[in-house]
Amino acid sequence: MNALRAVGRAVIMALAIIGRVTIFAADTISHMVRPPFYWREFGVAIMQIGFYSLPVVGLTALFTGGALALQIYSGGARFSAEAVVPQIVAIGMVRELGPVLVGLMIAARVTSSLAAEIATMHVTEQIDALTTLSTNPAKYLTLPRVLAATLVMPILVGIGDVIGILGGFVVGTERLGFNAANYITNTVNFLEFHDVASSLIKGAAFGFIAALMGCYYGMNSGRGAQGVGQATKQSVVAAAVLILAANFILTEAFFSA
Amino acid sequence: MIRLSEVQKSFGSNAVLRGVNLEVAKGTSTVVIGGSGTGKSVLLKCILGLVTPDSGRIEVAGKDITTQPRDEFLARFGMLFQGGALFDSLPVWQNVAFRLLRGELKRPKAEARDIAIEKLRRVGLTPDVADRLPAELSGGMQKRVSLARAIAANPEIIFFDEPTTGLDPIMSGVINDLIREIVSEMGATAITITHDMSSVRAIADRVAMLHKGKIRWEGPISEMDASNDPYVDQFIHGRAHGPIETVR
Repeated sequence: MNALRAVGRAVIMALAIIGRVTIFAADTISHMVRPPFYWREFGVAIMQIGFYSLPVVGLTALFTGGALALQIYSGGARFSAEAVVPQIVAIGMVRELGPVLVGLMIAARVTSSLAAEIATMHVTEQIDALTTLSTNPAKYLTLPRVLAATLVMPILVGIGDVIGILGGFVVGTERLGFNAANYITNTVNFLEFHDVASSLIKGAAFGFIAALMGCYYGMNSGRGAQGVGQATKQSVVAAAVLILAANFILTEAFFSA
Repeated sequence: MIRLSEVQKSFGSNAVLRGVNLEVAKGTSTVVIGGSGTGKSVLLKCILGLVTPDSGRIEVAGKDITTQPRDEFLARFGMLFQGGALFDSLPVWQNVAFRLLRGELKRPKAEARDIAIEKLRRVGLTPDVADRLPAELSGGMQKRVSLARAIAANPEIIFFDEPTTGLDPIMSGVINDLIREIVSEMGATAITITHDMSSVRAIADRVAMLHKGKIRWEGPISEMDASNDPYVDQFIHGRAHGPIETVR
């Protein structure tokens, strides 16, 4: 009976969190059509989430693309398929690794910083201060960040895709002996519009999830330094898990059958 | 001006407010005293709508606060938070002029800055702090900036949450005097919560003591010392022994 009760309690808690996050997301989205819109906050968020994430996105994609080329080459050698390196690097980066790894890096870099920043504001009563100054925290803090992440993530993913393919290209041509012109031709000819579109749409979805989780856990943090730490940890875990789950659902939607 | 009737609020099994009745007349300064954790901050947050009471009624200027348009309602208030609650990412003048840079009270940036500098002067700060970040200021200066922000839009009602906590006695005296002067010259209605008795004597027209979620005693400051209430006596004289239970 005790085990059943524990399971029931966990299910109810999970449903309650899903409900609260859904309401939080709906409230955030609803502010898009309810003025005012804080352009300055939006601009700052674009820079923080987009521009300053470029180095980490670039490095992640570069090394992943390079490692992918090595793996495909050595794996492909088992059935004499070494020649497919350019095509598999391209499709692997664009369809899967680009959006997922950029999403996870953004969860690590942006979700954690949003959660810690907003949780600290919550703990130090800055969120209450915003409200008493007739400024809705959802409008001022959440919407600009969530919207910025949703809009800049496809760009980051696109850049990550290109740099990942470049990483594969460098390894392929410098280390594995591929002809540069053939590598580029094979890559370009193999990729379809559908592959690229799915990558960018995944990016937008992951950006939305990453920023939403950071803001949600920040706004609902507990008290003190421990509350800030918990909020930060929970936001990154939730964002990473939801990004991977959303990736499966979107892949199923785009590429099944 | 402000009337609370049978206001109750619990957090889980912890009943913080257990039927608070309090009236604050227009233009008066009421100080709510009480031990730590007796619900003084929750009381202010209920009036502002930051915390929703479980039951009871709160009226401001004769109108139930739940029926009033939110922005219009909040525009009448200024609040000094315990820790200052200044926005770390904004320079001092933008903190002070926050309300004047957005929303219904928005005005040109230069004008908002001039008002902010004027308010900073009013609380004894020189214009050179205007462009600094809050983290670059001492605790006392942060408190003054927060006070300047609270009065920037000339509110009708000002709340002060533990205005002297964490300040040295001299700075506490300066803040107390500033609050008294500002409330008097603006003709504002003020509620201050504190357990600093020097603040009470400097700021209050009337005093209310909150104990175990209810107003234990309420009256003019002149009658506080002769209240004949053992709880009030113990509190204002800071005695360890008396009817108020203390954990040692």
